[in-house]
Amino acid sequence: MNLSLSRIAPGDNATQIDLGVTTLRELNSALHKLSPDDDTLWQIANPRGLHAIASGVDAPVTIEIDGAVGYYCGGMNKQARIVVNGNAGVGVAENIMSGLVHVKGDASQAAGATGCGGMLIIDGNASARCGISMKGVDIVVKGSIGHMSAFMAQAGSLIVFGDAGEALGDSLYEAKLFVRGSVASLGADCIEKDVREEHKALLAAKLEAAGLLGQVDIGEFRRYGSARTLYHFHVDNVSSY
Amino acid sequence: MCGIVGLFLKDPKLEPQLGAMLSEMLDVMCDRGPDSAGFAVYGAGAAGLIKLTLRGPAGTDFGALGEQLGHPIIARDTHGVLSVAASEEIAVRAKLASLAPHIVVVGAGSRMELYKEVGLPVEVARRFKLEAMSGTHAIGHTRMATESAVTTDGAHPFSTGPDQCLVHNGSLSNHAGVRRKLEREGLHLTTENDSEVAAAYLTYRMRGGDSLGQALEHSLSDLDGFYTFVVGTESGFGVLRDPIACKPAVMAETDGYVAFGSEYRALAGLPGIANARVFEPEPAKVYFWDRAA
Repeated sequence: MNLSLSRIAPGDNATQIDLGVTTLRELNSALHKLSPDDDTLWQIANPRGLHAIASGVDAPVTIEIDGAVGYYCGGMNKQARIVVNGNAGVGVAENIMSGLVHVKGDASQAAGATGCGGMLIIDGNASARCGISMKGVDIVVKGSIGHMSAFMAQAGSLIVFGDAGEALGDSLYEAKLFVRGSVASLGADCIEKDVREEHKALLAAKLEAAGLLGQVDIGEFRRYGSARTLYHFHVDNVSSY
Repeated sequence: MCGIVGLFLKDPKLEPQLGAMLSEMLDVMCDRGPDSAGFAVYGAGAAGLIKLTLRGPAGTDFGALGEQLGHPIIARDTHGVLSVAASEEIAVRAKLASLAPHIVVVGAGSRMELYKEVGLPVEVARRFKLEAMSGTHAIGHTRMATESAVTTDGAHPFSTGPDQCLVHNGSLSNHAGVRRKLEREGLHLTTENDSEVAAAYLTYRMRGGDSLGQALEHSLSDLDGFYTFVVGTESGFGVLRDPIACKPAVMAETDGYVAFGSEYRALAGLPGIANARVFEPEPAKVYFWDRAA
């Protein structure tokens, strides 16, 4: 399914919330009470960088937020499709379980941290620690990512159209990292690996899910993964800890 | 935690609104630092005159003190500002110290005025009537104390040189060693606060001839710990984050201003923010703006 391009036409089912009038608590409370099959459209105005907007949602709704959001927007998301028409603060889509969070601007630190499933798309840049400890989420960043990204990343994929900062993939487990631009440095136990046909197929599938297939040449990505020497404590590795 | 804000105006038409804009930014950052607050405003100055910002206990009669000193003092709650000829500064400070040893000089400079107090930031800003102040640039701080006590002395900004001040979010790990070195170099630090060491370090570098940008560049190798600094000088405004960049920072730039906030929330009410260039300052990269440039 093309998550990014599936749209629900605004109609009678659209709920419009102005966070200059409605409190954040009221909004999140209403979102938490949705039935698990509710697929209506919610349009949120005046987010003003408030924290935890639309976090903890568990329904296949579409939530469009018009402006910049603060910390933890879309955190723990299940099923919902959340679009931020602006920048996102620290920890956007933290621990996302399923669904989609799409940031049209830049994302701050720890985007998609500990995410277990679903997809996070960032049209701009993501700063430090993007995908830290990710556990199955797919993260696509159309810009560049900051230092210590994918630190201790366990599963899922991190796909970066631009560059990666220092210490990419430090202490990496089995997350798959693809970077199209330069990598400032690799973290401990992260190495470059061959891009085989199966990896190109994986990239194509993830980009298609993100609605971005064809926008970039898959052949331009390089793959990074775990050297698997730090999985278990070994006294010879003590200097690496 | 702590919240820091800064505003550097490029459009002179905004100058009468500087205090009102900064006041709103500080209010929004109350929940990042409810213990105390402070701000420095770079307002009007006159050639050859030095403004001394004084702080006294609640109820200080600045009018009477001004008469004793022979210089009128403009009082704002627990603070007062007096202007003296630069040539008289040393004599006035000496007279003040003998007449009223409990009065502290918290800042000095041709344009800088500095106010700080314990209390909820929104209240502190109101007490000093920040909203009505005008100027070219200003920095502010809301404090949640971690490294030293909740006292007015421990509140930010810290000023260790003329027209120089600094606000800090984070904690320095090598401040004791740097403090000893700075004291050997003749700098006078008045608190146990780690952030004052950072301010004094920049004063030390600039006294040696560094520009604000160069002084911040040297901080990267000499100051260890977590920090986001926002710094003001007579004509400049600088921002620096440590290489790990644990402490949050976001900036916005328009044709009219450059603004800094610990979080975007602090910037959300600024004029024209919807069309501003909003960005996160990169770790270990020096940003500074100078009116003279």
